[in-house]
Amino acid sequence: MDQTISKPRSFQEIILRLQSYWAGQGCAMMQPYDMEVGAGTFHPATTLRSLGSKPWAAAYVQPSRRPTDGRYGENPNRLQHYYQYQVLIKPSPPDLQDLYLGSLRAIGIDMALHDIRFVEDDWESPTLGAWGLGWEVWCDGMEVSQFTYFQQVGGQDCHPVSGELTYGLERLAMYVLGVDHVMEMPFNDPDAPIPLSYGDVFRQTEQEYSRWNFDVADTEVLLRHFEEAEAECARILEQDAVDPKTGHRIIMAHPAYDQCIKASHIFNLLDARGVISVTERQSYIGRVRALAKRCADAFVLTEAGGYAA
Amino acid sequence: MPDLLIELFSEEIPARMQARAAEDLKARMTNGLVEAGLTYAGAAAYATPRRLALRVDGLTERSPDLKEERKGPRVDAPEKAIEGFLRGAGVARADLIERDEKKGRVFYAVIEKPGRDAPEIVAEVLEDTIRNFPWPKSMRWGTGSLRWVRPLHRILCLLTREDGSDVVPLDVDGIVSGRSTEGHRFMAPEPFEVTGFDDYEARLKRAHVLLDAGERAEAIWQDATNQAFANGLEVVEDKGLLAEVAGLVEWPVVLMGEIGAEFLDLPPEVLQTSMKEHQKFFSVRNSKTGRIERFVTVANRETADHGATILAGNQKVLSARLSDAKFFWENDLRVAKQEKMDPWRAALESVTFHNKLGSVKDKVDRVAALARELAPLVGADADLAEQAARVAKADLVSEMVYEFPELQGLMGRYYSDASGLPPEVGAACQEHYSPLGPSDDVPSAPVSVAVALADKIDTLTGFWAIDEKPTGSKDPFALRRAALGVIRLVFENGLNLSLRDVLWPLFDKLEDGLAKANMLQGLTKAGEALISSTPDLNGPYVRTQSFYNDASALADFDHVTYRACKDTGNLFRPITFSIEKTLSDFEKYHCNSEILTSDLLSFFHDRLKVYLRDQGVRHDVIDACIAMPSNDDLALLVKRAKALQAVLETEDGENLVQGFKRANNILTQAEEKDGVEYSFGGDPKFAEDPAEQALFDALATAEARITPAIQAQDFATAMAAMAELRAPVDAFFEAVQVNAESPVLRRNRLNLLRTIRTTCLQVADLTRIEG
Repeated sequence: MDQTISKPRSFQEIILRLQSYWAGQGCAMMQPYDMEVGAGTFHPATTLRSLGSKPWAAAYVQPSRRPTDGRYGENPNRLQHYYQYQVLIKPSPPDLQDLYLGSLRAIGIDMALHDIRFVEDDWESPTLGAWGLGWEVWCDGMEVSQFTYFQQVGGQDCHPVSGELTYGLERLAMYVLGVDHVMEMPFNDPDAPIPLSYGDVFRQTEQEYSRWNFDVADTEVLLRHFEEAEAECARILEQDAVDPKTGHRIIMAHPAYDQCIKASHIFNLLDARGVISVTERQSYIGRVRALAKRCADAFVLTEAGGYAA
Repeated sequence: MPDLLIELFSEEIPARMQARAAEDLKARMTNGLVEAGLTYAGAAAYATPRRLALRVDGLTERSPDLKEERKGPRVDAPEKAIEGFLRGAGVARADLIERDEKKGRVFYAVIEKPGRDAPEIVAEVLEDTIRNFPWPKSMRWGTGSLRWVRPLHRILCLLTREDGSDVVPLDVDGIVSGRSTEGHRFMAPEPFEVTGFDDYEARLKRAHVLLDAGERAEAIWQDATNQAFANGLEVVEDKGLLAEVAGLVEWPVVLMGEIGAEFLDLPPEVLQTSMKEHQKFFSVRNSKTGRIERFVTVANRETADHGATILAGNQKVLSARLSDAKFFWENDLRVAKQEKMDPWRAALESVTFHNKLGSVKDKVDRVAALARELAPLVGADADLAEQAARVAKADLVSEMVYEFPELQGLMGRYYSDASGLPPEVGAACQEHYSPLGPSDDVPSAPVSVAVALADKIDTLTGFWAIDEKPTGSKDPFALRRAALGVIRLVFENGLNLSLRDVLWPLFDKLEDGLAKANMLQGLTKAGEALISSTPDLNGPYVRTQSFYNDASALADFDHVTYRACKDTGNLFRPITFSIEKTLSDFEKYHCNSEILTSDLLSFFHDRLKVYLRDQGVRHDVIDACIAMPSNDDLALLVKRAKALQAVLETEDGENLVQGFKRANNILTQAEEKDGVEYSFGGDPKFAEDPAEQALFDALATAEARITPAIQAQDFATAMAAMAELRAPVDAFFEAVQVNAESPVLRRNRLNLLRTIRTTCLQVADLTRIEG
């Protein structure tokens, strides 16, 4: 069977195959979250939906930003903006490992020729107050995914436990397509009327954002935005659960969580600008974590969080 | 008698936990079975990435029936007491028997505990073992609440007898026991059934799983060395890596690959570290050149292309990793060659060593001064020692050490050599961290020894001065290791060094620095308060402003300002108080040096005891030697201890100690009773008995040998001379009554005992010898 699966020819074909594979497994195909985040885990479809008792299955691409990793588009595999493919299934199905291996087959990795290994790698996000146990998955010595069973998110125990899969799309695609420099990777089909490489799409933005992230971003403004997001998050959660206008019980967990996402990204930008000292670093992370915890506490009091009136 | 086979089949168990988990499974199961009354002939446990397995051979079929008699109240006891007894024993009135005893007729309950069948016990113990397994980290999955290291999928539990095998029924949170397992995840994924251990092991092998980790490691090592040998190369041995890799595969397939030519000029240690840390590769070396030319990776499967795809993939990842390493190496070499590491040395100023002890640069300054001072004592050139100390930590901020911290020191040597510094300096960069443990090599090159000693002593005095000593099991700054390092450096290089003379001035300097820092802080506050409260003050008050900003001016603190402040009376009381406190702190710090020095010395003595005990030296022998003067010269102390230990192992030596103790006790009692010290030495002319005379002669002869020997620090000769006193001392006590009737004789004999005491106490305090 493995032999019959053709090799994908472009970055987008790998994404499309993952989409159709996980759709075939019954996941809701979500779209990227419309805010700047550092990783696919930040999407509320993962962070919030991993909480509470309601079953959930979702998959999506998430553009992710890590300002400190910017290299002006010159490094073969480091980018300040890249894509993650994220799958979250709650409760984790007993055959999740097999499902995952099926997704590798779907993108043209022939299990009969490659050496796939599950190597211990426990995941922890200090900003989200989250941790889980799992592996990094190696294909011929190359890390191609993170595989995690969530144990805690936002300081809450996960019950049931979600299984989370994260694929670093550029790295995985470079491996599958046999490309050495990310900018040279075909983005669409190389035989398309207008063939585009990853560099055609992103080289310029990598340069622009690297310059802005490292040297231009106004740190005063960022610091103020951080404080404002923090305050707004708290203010939202302080509101009465019952909306005075409609008379309905509306806990605003998602709008509050947006502010948490914002604070987290601003912290990353400040970090890239080098204005956060080692000791301050811990305190900023702690402040974001405090927001994440409050949002998690609020979410489990909502219907999606399993709350039954 | 049945044999038991258990397999717990799960998702991938972290390699580092497997061996321990197999042992825990064995211990918990066998202990539980034995506690429940079963016995067994033998047991062995196994682990692969996906399973823990246990075989227990020759298990008994049933636990024995037990009959227990419990004594109750007397038959005429109140009804309530009898009822209580029945309840407690769980028997009926009719089951009680009566017996006559001294105190009367008494009830006895006979409680019968019938034995239980092995399957029942096995199921119970296994469930308890699974639920309470001591994983370092465990997790839940799905909707369950069971914890295991990763999701647990199957429980295989069989009792095998000659006529067949039976599944031991068991259900742990929905996982029902059976006789099925699975083979290799990719090469033989279909489940299959087994009948007993031999069948299990054989079928696993057919399904491409080697059950025994030792067998996997052996196979990997054999194959790797064979492949290397066939190419005229050798695999660099690494037992830890071998064990780890054996825990990552069920079906090891060894593949050897080439390292790109552009990376072969990297230092071999860099290649080795990068390949091991990132990819768990073994290094393959050309034994003639010492260069690392290839790598060995271990795949978990066979493939139709004989591993070609796998090897190509691994090679590609390696190239990306080594490109990084090469980039770091070339950047670092540029800094070393063109800028002589100056930017690194400057950057150490912004690396904190400890917030109370300043930056690494501050530490380097202290170590350089100390290395210079120690140089003549260890036979090193003072300029070289100082120079080496000044560059020894520079590599900490190089890119390579940032990426691979375990290469610190070694990279320092490469970079020092590249900077054109003398080879002794490079060697010191590498060796000054040594020795790191009790079996690590100790540097012997004088410059390395000077810097290694200075680095460790600076760390110890620093943390002592800020009161961060190890307590109990907590030693976050590895100070025990540092002290042991100093001991081994001193001892194994035969250095005669008075630690007290070294430590004391260091504490003075450190305390000075700390006190000044504190005082400056105090004065700054006081001065600011003074100026802000009285902006129009002139004269001495304003002078505070200039000196509180300047640490060096503190030395000129002439109390003028202080007195001036004080004279102004109540208005400035809070300010004068603050200055007074600062001054008293300053004083306090200064008398601390003595306490700190002796405290740190006794820490050294404690470490020395551990060190010598490991070499078989008795603890009372060490105590006896620590009680002597110059105990801060560790080499001297060890020499003493070894000489004393050697003599105590002879019959003469042991008896001499007895003779000495007898003499010492009689003398001490007499001195206490008489209230005088017998310190004149006896006079031979009062010797009555030939044995007494012989002792006088023997003491004189011994003393003539002992004195020069001790001056030459030849404790072995001195002790041997003392041991020869054993016969005359014994003969003396045999023949003579010390507490004679005649006061003259008595006094003379007590004085003679005094000579024995003085003579025998010259090498060690023998009163501390036990036995």
